[in-house]
Amino acid sequence: MTPGKKTVEPAASRTRTRVSGEGARTAHRQAMLREMLRIRRFEERCVELYSAGDIRGFVHLCIGEEAVSVGVHQALAPEDAVVTTYREHGHALARGVPAEAVFAEMLGRVTGCSRGRGGSMHLFDVSRRFYGGHGIVAGGLPVAAGLALADRMRGLERVTCCLFGDGAVAEGEFHETANLAALWDLPLLLVCENNLYAMGTALSREHAQTDLAARAASYGMAAWEADGMDVLAVEQAARRAARAVRDGAGPHFLELRTYRFRAHSMYDPDRYRDKAEVERWKQRDPITLLATRMRGEDGMDDADLEALEREVAAELDAALEQARQGAAEPVEDLLRYVRTPPEGTS
Amino acid sequence: MTKARAAHQAEPVTYREAMREAMREALAGDERVFLMGEDVGRYGGAFGVSLGLVEEFGPQRVRDTPLSESGFVGAGIGAAIAGLRPIVEVMTVNFSLLALDQILNNAATLLHMSGGQVSVPLVIRMTTGAGRQLAAQHSHSLEGWYAHIPGIRVLAPATLEDARYMLAPALADPDPVIIFEHGSLYNLSGVLPPDAGPVDLDSAAVRRPGSDISLITSGGSLGKTLEAAEQLAADHHVDAEVVDLRTLRPLDDATVIGSVRRTHRAVIVDEGWRTGGLSAEVAARITEHAFYDLDAPVERVCGAEVPVPYAAQLEQAALPQVPGIVAAARRAVG
Amino acid sequence: MAEFTMPALGADMTEGTLVEWLVHPGDQVHKGDIIAVVDTAKAAIEVECFESGVVERLLVEPDATVPVGTALAVITPAGKQPVAQAEQPAAPPAALTPAMTPLVRHLAEERGVDLAAVHGSGPGGRVTRADVLATSPPRAHPKGREARRPSTRAAEHAPEQPQRVPSAAGVERDTSAAGPHRPTAARVRATPLARRLAAEADIELAGIDGTGSGGAVRAADVRAALRGPSPVRKPQVAAPGRPEAMRRAIGDLMARSKREIPHYYLSTTIDLAAATGWLREQNRRLPVTERLVPAALLLKAAARAAREVPQLNGFFIEGSFAAAPEVHLGVAVSLRGGGLVAPAIHHAADLPLPELMARLRDLVARARAGRLRGSEATDPTITVTSLGDHGVEAVFGVIYPPQVALVGLGKVVERPWAVDGLLGVRPVVTATLSADHRASDGATGARYLAALERLLQKPEEL
Repeated sequence: MTPGKKTVEPAASRTRTRVSGEGARTAHRQAMLREMLRIRRFEERCVELYSAGDIRGFVHLCIGEEAVSVGVHQALAPEDAVVTTYREHGHALARGVPAEAVFAEMLGRVTGCSRGRGGSMHLFDVSRRFYGGHGIVAGGLPVAAGLALADRMRGLERVTCCLFGDGAVAEGEFHETANLAALWDLPLLLVCENNLYAMGTALSREHAQTDLAARAASYGMAAWEADGMDVLAVEQAARRAARAVRDGAGPHFLELRTYRFRAHSMYDPDRYRDKAEVERWKQRDPITLLATRMRGEDGMDDADLEALEREVAAELDAALEQARQGAAEPVEDLLRYVRTPPEGTS
Repeated sequence: MTKARAAHQAEPVTYREAMREAMREALAGDERVFLMGEDVGRYGGAFGVSLGLVEEFGPQRVRDTPLSESGFVGAGIGAAIAGLRPIVEVMTVNFSLLALDQILNNAATLLHMSGGQVSVPLVIRMTTGAGRQLAAQHSHSLEGWYAHIPGIRVLAPATLEDARYMLAPALADPDPVIIFEHGSLYNLSGVLPPDAGPVDLDSAAVRRPGSDISLITSGGSLGKTLEAAEQLAADHHVDAEVVDLRTLRPLDDATVIGSVRRTHRAVIVDEGWRTGGLSAEVAARITEHAFYDLDAPVERVCGAEVPVPYAAQLEQAALPQVPGIVAAARRAVG
Repeated sequence: MAEFTMPALGADMTEGTLVEWLVHPGDQVHKGDIIAVVDTAKAAIEVECFESGVVERLLVEPDATVPVGTALAVITPAGKQPVAQAEQPAAPPAALTPAMTPLVRHLAEERGVDLAAVHGSGPGGRVTRADVLATSPPRAHPKGREARRPSTRAAEHAPEQPQRVPSAAGVERDTSAAGPHRPTAARVRATPLARRLAAEADIELAGIDGTGSGGAVRAADVRAALRGPSPVRKPQVAAPGRPEAMRRAIGDLMARSKREIPHYYLSTTIDLAAATGWLREQNRRLPVTERLVPAALLLKAAARAAREVPQLNGFFIEGSFAAAPEVHLGVAVSLRGGGLVAPAIHHAADLPLPELMARLRDLVARARAGRLRGSEATDPTITVTSLGDHGVEAVFGVIYPPQVALVGLGKVVERPWAVDGLLGVRPVVTATLSADHRASDGATGARYLAALERLLQKPEEL
């Protein structure tokens, strides 16, 4: 498999795979398992690179939350748009942004997907309608509403998918956007990646009403929740919501309950949560969950899993190697793109 | 037909009508353009600028928004990224602070932070300034704050012609543009020159040539400054040049510095607060680029450093006025 | 073999303190295992290893503070034999340094204390502030460093290096750029423009009355001073005996002239038969010491012509020409040691010839003795240069800024000359004009040379 083919469209799978329905199901599950592994291993390398000082700044890992990235992206088509947060390595990779471009971005190279100007928090790839990596909690929501508004005004049957965390639901911009989207029937899929902590503040310590879907529903939009550790459940919920949004049913809200296994940023003392709690959630590791299921239902064995690991490792080795070759952007280019260059000069 | 047209153009128009005509022209000429903001549709705009446009272009393209400055300014950013050309009206500059996150962290930033991938061709219009007894939450002049931000263009049309002809080039700009309309200008009335056309957004304008001193101003202070220049000529034999900055970012250094090099003296008139304000920026540039041409310290006439008060006499005392400008100019000329 | 290093645990972390080892040499570890606790500025954080294998050695003791990247332990990857002890690299120097806070390290550096020699009394042998203070010698006198400097320090520098001398306050003062330093009076309060105009016109600000706020000298004051009787000009010329300085001053001035002034040049040859005849007549009646020389006649005529063509007599300052009310004729005098001055004969157009002669003689003598008065050195409104004595027939000179014209006179020579259709031999002189095209055009210059010629045909009127 090549890095650009991570998003497996079910329709495509069905037509391309000349096997029984069961074979197609297995292939699709295997693709998702592989993608979750790829995100996990990618981020583990980020830890090493960070510890060695090759990556600096803030780095927010989604280890533990891979099912959200992979499951939601199953429901999106290339013409759809994605707006997300600063914890977005998984979303970028699942969307098809090449691993080497993400590595290069974090290493600060001009070959990075944002020319090394954004770093971990600000991954952009407009060619894949991936509109960033937003560092202001809830700041991406109004922009996503605007992308959806443009589609609505032009009659395009596209979905804008905006991912954000539970912390964003406390921000005014969430509520302004939810109201605007419902009021104007915008084709907007709001996906709340609820990992139960806004940085170090637990859900119940920051929200009077912790049923986030209920709050979204109060704006008059369809809202429901799903198990964010089960990629199959995420995929199912996301497909159902995206189809409705695409069909003109207005905005939808999905709350995906998940958990990050590592610290908020690269490292933190993790004083705000109990080690036992972390261990409990690790029992529901989305990768193990799917692998176990596939052992039972799809006849997967250790050899298959090892083969997947080898493939992923080889891809990431090559991607990192290539990213390290990337040049630094010359300092003379510092002021470039403060304003859009006149046509023909860029 | 030519005759009728000429006759039509000779009709006096207000600043408000000139701005409305500019929007009508943009909406009619480019289907990507739409207007949104609080009460821009059925109400006709808080200051009546968009009166009649919803009837002409429909509620899809003249779009009333909820009171959600951050939400609809952000939506304008998203729509601009997606290829539309939104004109977002924010009722006053004080309210725009609710949208400052979107303006600074997104509109001004995305292009550079994304390595050149995300252009935001958005126009934001807002009312600014005092003089109508609207007190401290509807009267401030924060243009200087916005002029501080790289990545956006900041305009302050001070004349009928600029009100009428700055919007088209602003919409043609691939980057965010903020247009500040001083509330005291909406009823300004006059006849548009028949040969007027799109304004060059990179140039300040010399509104009155003169040789003894440069009075540098913009927006709502232009009228007072021109009046001061006439008094200086009539009563004090001082021939003042009046420079209207017009584009507050990027500043047209060449015109400002060229004027000061000729006159050797400068007074900056700015309704904004003095400390850290736009007047400070202009003064700094003059000393950077024209120090050896200065024959007197640069003078500033600014808004008093208070929240703008309601009571008429207090409000007037808080704003630059003609006598203050004349006095500053006389100090400089000596 | 792999090194387990002090990790970067945050955007601003440059060093960390090892709090605790969670493994021992010989322990089996797996990638991702937590093996140590590190204290950062924020908190104690558990850190993982990125290698599976056996812990070979621990290189850093708990409580040691080491920079990010310092090896903390050696891990032999699974399936590899431990490397013989002797082949292992020595522990990095950072591990040998006693534990301490950055503040203590800074203090030790400041006091020149060798930390290796300090016994740490803090927890875990940590060197404390008190330990450093106890070890360090009494604080040196603040001036000690200065005092230890050799007094001949300046002489040790190569000549082209800036020379530094300790001033009375013990602070070094750079005198390299100052040139001949003279004690200066209190700084004149003046606007930047006035300062620039004064510098361009080479006049002193100190003598000008300021009309600006607080008595500041403004541009108008400088212009008034220039129009007035005799502004105090800065001496333009260095004293004799400083040929290099003079050369440089002339060079600077002439370079500025050629850079800023668009020169145009005109030339004409003038019949001096009438003038020399008249001189001969006059001199016949005078004692030898009072006899007139042709130069006097020529200078008088040059001054009178300047009065007739005021566009050439004055100064070009700040983008425009200002005519001078008087003609102060500069006369170029070459000095014996080399170099040149052009002092003024004041009111030259009004001086009777004998007076002008006397002034000229006196001026040349004093110029060559280096005793010119400031006003003489700097007041000329137009200058005449003559290289006739040196056998030159025509001289096209360089204008002295801010003047706008320079008249050149060559040697008086006898030439065949046609007058009224008859050829004869006549004494002639070639007069040239170098003029500033910003202030005048060729036609104006031509009027000047025509006036000069006309005046010289009626010497009795001069």
